[in-house]
Amino acid sequence: MTQPVMTSSAGSLAPPASLHGVVADWSSDQRAFKTAPWGKAMMWIFLLSDTFIFSCFLISYMWVRMSTTEPWPNPSEVFALTLFGKNIPLILIAIMTFVLISSSGTMAMAVKFGYEKNRKMTFILLLITALLGATFVGMQAFEWTKLIGEGVRPWGNPMGAAQFGASFFMITGFHGTHVSIGVIFLIIVAIKVLRGDLDHERPGFLTGRKGNYEIVETMGLYWHFVDLVWVFIFAFFYLW
Amino acid sequence: MAHAQGQQHPIGVYLKIWGLLFVLSAASYLVDYFHFQGYLRWTLILVFMFLKAGLIVAVFMHMMWERMALVYAILVPPLLLIVLLGIGAFEADYTFFTRGKFFGPGSVPVAPAPHR
Repeated sequence: MTQPVMTSSAGSLAPPASLHGVVADWSSDQRAFKTAPWGKAMMWIFLLSDTFIFSCFLISYMWVRMSTTEPWPNPSEVFALTLFGKNIPLILIAIMTFVLISSSGTMAMAVKFGYEKNRKMTFILLLITALLGATFVGMQAFEWTKLIGEGVRPWGNPMGAAQFGASFFMITGFHGTHVSIGVIFLIIVAIKVLRGDLDHERPGFLTGRKGNYEIVETMGLYWHFVDLVWVFIFAFFYLW
Repeated sequence: MAHAQGQQHPIGVYLKIWGLLFVLSAASYLVDYFHFQGYLRWTLILVFMFLKAGLIVAVFMHMMWERMALVYAILVPPLLLIVLLGIGAFEADYTFFTRGKFFGPGSVPVAPAPHR
């Protein structure tokens, strides 16, 4: 029997910190990502492509905002709410930000309890994450309703530059779609955890591979990415 | 198949980062609340944004515990976006200039080219 050629990094899997280690991993046999399961590597590559999609939206938004000669509507005023008789600027968006960050925190802990095979805690935390995500989508629906009621359309609005509506509906709409899909998948993963599919290594739908708690981490990567995109939308669209 | 190597870290790490993200979000909201303007506003927004994004990617998404081969494969390609950003800014600036010149107040209406 011939032995496979061992490259310098194939023996030990300690993370090499240098560029030399990167070259060794990438030029080695079979796998470039030594410790990441295939599901995690594929999720990261998907998220990389999604990064480019959202970046295209945000850079287009920069383009139209820089090139318009009409004044841009002030997001601080557009998204203000009157609470307890006081007009508070941008408060709805601030609450949405805190809701999404909290859901990211519970998701991170769900991953941790998943690897500890703590079924109950993982299920509860995944459910809280899904509920916070649904809350976020609900608040976004409220925000859309309010703005449409005020006459904001993709082709124009009473507050200023016409491009405001197009950017707003496109960017927040695409992000909201991501959150909604995430909520659906969080519920699916939560049910799998609750039923013990992952403990009993039952194959999932559309695959013969055995179930395991790595899917919770992969789900977590997607969910944190949704939060990550919101950080950029919050900074560039709402605060700028 | 890859040997599964679970990412297991003490819960305190996540709770601390969660708290930090809350503080940073509150700070970026206060930038708007106190009506900071101009370069101070933009700098603060960008600083808080990059700190939050970094914490999420590094800790919540476990990037700081991954091998460099994966880190580089994911984090280096987005740098290409700087080129798109530059092209966009350059083009938008020019469009703004031409709009001001030909459609803005005091601009001379362009005479149609004579037909031959």
